Amino acid sequence: MIRVLACVLALTGTASAAEDLKMAVTTSFHNSGLSEILLPAIKEDTGIDVQLLVVGTGQALRLGEAGDVDAIFVHSRASEEAFIEGGYGTHRREIMYNDFVFVGPGADPAAIAEATTAADALTRIAQIEAPFVSRGDDSGTHKKELSLWDAAGVSRGGDWYRPVGAGMGASLNTAAGMNAYILADRASWLNFGNKADLALLFSGDPVLFNQYAYIPVNPELHPHVKNELAIELEGWLTSPRAATLINEYTISGETLFTFNAQPAF
Amino acid sequence: MGDIWEGLVAGFWLVVTLDPDLVEITLRSLQVTVTATVIASLIALPFGAWLAIRRFRHRRATIAVLNALMGLPPVVVGLIVYLLLSRSGPFGVFGLLFTPTAMIIAQVIIITPLIASIAHQSVRDIWAEYHDLLISFSTTKRQRIATLIWDGRRALMTAALAGFGRAIGEVGAIMIVGGNIDHATRVLTTAIALETGKGDFALALGLGFVLIALAVAVNIAIHAIGQTESEGKW
Repeated sequence: MIRVLACVLALTGTASAAEDLKMAVTTSFHNSGLSEILLPAIKEDTGIDVQLLVVGTGQALRLGEAGDVDAIFVHSRASEEAFIEGGYGTHRREIMYNDFVFVGPGADPAAIAEATTAADALTRIAQIEAPFVSRGDDSGTHKKELSLWDAAGVSRGGDWYRPVGAGMGASLNTAAGMNAYILADRASWLNFGNKADLALLFSGDPVLFNQYAYIPVNPELHPHVKNELAIELEGWLTSPRAATLINEYTISGETLFTFNAQPAF
Repeated sequence: MGDIWEGLVAGFWLVVTLDPDLVEITLRSLQVTVTATVIASLIALPFGAWLAIRRFRHRRATIAVLNALMGLPPVVVGLIVYLLLSRSGPFGVFGLLFTPTAMIIAQVIIITPLIASIAHQSVRDIWAEYHDLLISFSTTKRQRIATLIWDGRRALMTAALAGFGRAIGEVGAIMIVGGNIDHATRVLTTAIALETGKGDFALALGLGFVLIALAVAVNIAIHAIGQTESEGKW
């Protein structure tokens, strides 16, 4: 029994040693593959071992509120501002952006490729009741999709509208299986391995702009969070080195993210 | 069909080239599940034996509950352990959430009823056989339990292996309490879920075959050590 306890303690010890920082990020950020470029560089430059918890924006905010992570990196402005107002985070720092795109069956039965705006594209889908997969998981992408539906002002009740309650990749898998339309962020779409018959059909409307922001969890509320490391990481994420890595990250020749952090005051 | 073939090939290459990431997550899978199985067995085997020989008022109900708990939904266990270990939960001060320890705790809760239930069934059969003998030697309760566990060791090993089998393939609970953090809490099952999410079915399936092979290898190894199914032994 003592040996078992010693074993358990040893496990705990290795897990919390060194300069570990837990950061909750969105599935869309992680599925883009950018984290695999940034994390080793962060480790090299600052010595911080960033441990990513890949969840939806909704859960990322919950993790921050409970103090289970040291910082969050998400993309849903309204919820982020509510998070700051609630005193859970110290401040919000914009880092980079990419955009959302509409993906759907290659044959494009709703002809959204000819749509003029995002609202127009959704109206066309609703008119012919083409199958549409929604994330349905309270993530940043999901919230964006809901706001687009509201802006379009069309009803989405019906069998053709399928909220799957899953991450970006899993939802894309579902859409590929059903040959349905779906809203995805460009990075996840380009990095997705199981495209089947799906194709990128509509993009470019300014409302599809997708801003990522970094928020350190408030150390006054949760004294155990590693605020110094979180601030150090923020410094790195807004540095010229991060800018280069983010701007130069491409998949099959396409740039995915644009760095837009403002220099420190 | 093509995907399955590609999965086999991917799994084969991962193993042959001893991919460092694969080795790391495989060892972590083993570390978590073996520790959980050992702890759960230390609780469940004596408890199962005790339940077989001891007569008390609510014995029937206890056994029924124990059997029902074999079907404990891992995702619910995960959620409860998560809420308990969260910084804002009652055990938050220990900072255990998103560590292998949290995963071990969740797995112990999931497999202890399973091991105890199977152990109880096997010990009950042996107890029927040994009852008169052990009573006539006027043994203490502790001695009886020790004898039954020792003489029933092969059946109890099967109980422990059933627990191991359930834990090694489990994803719902450890995904929630472990968080699938690369180089910290990623294990085979959560890696499979992740690769499926990325649409990389070949790699996911390759990892799946590694997981199955691992479960088979552990079972064979345990049977070899225990020398079951060999001549002259039962």
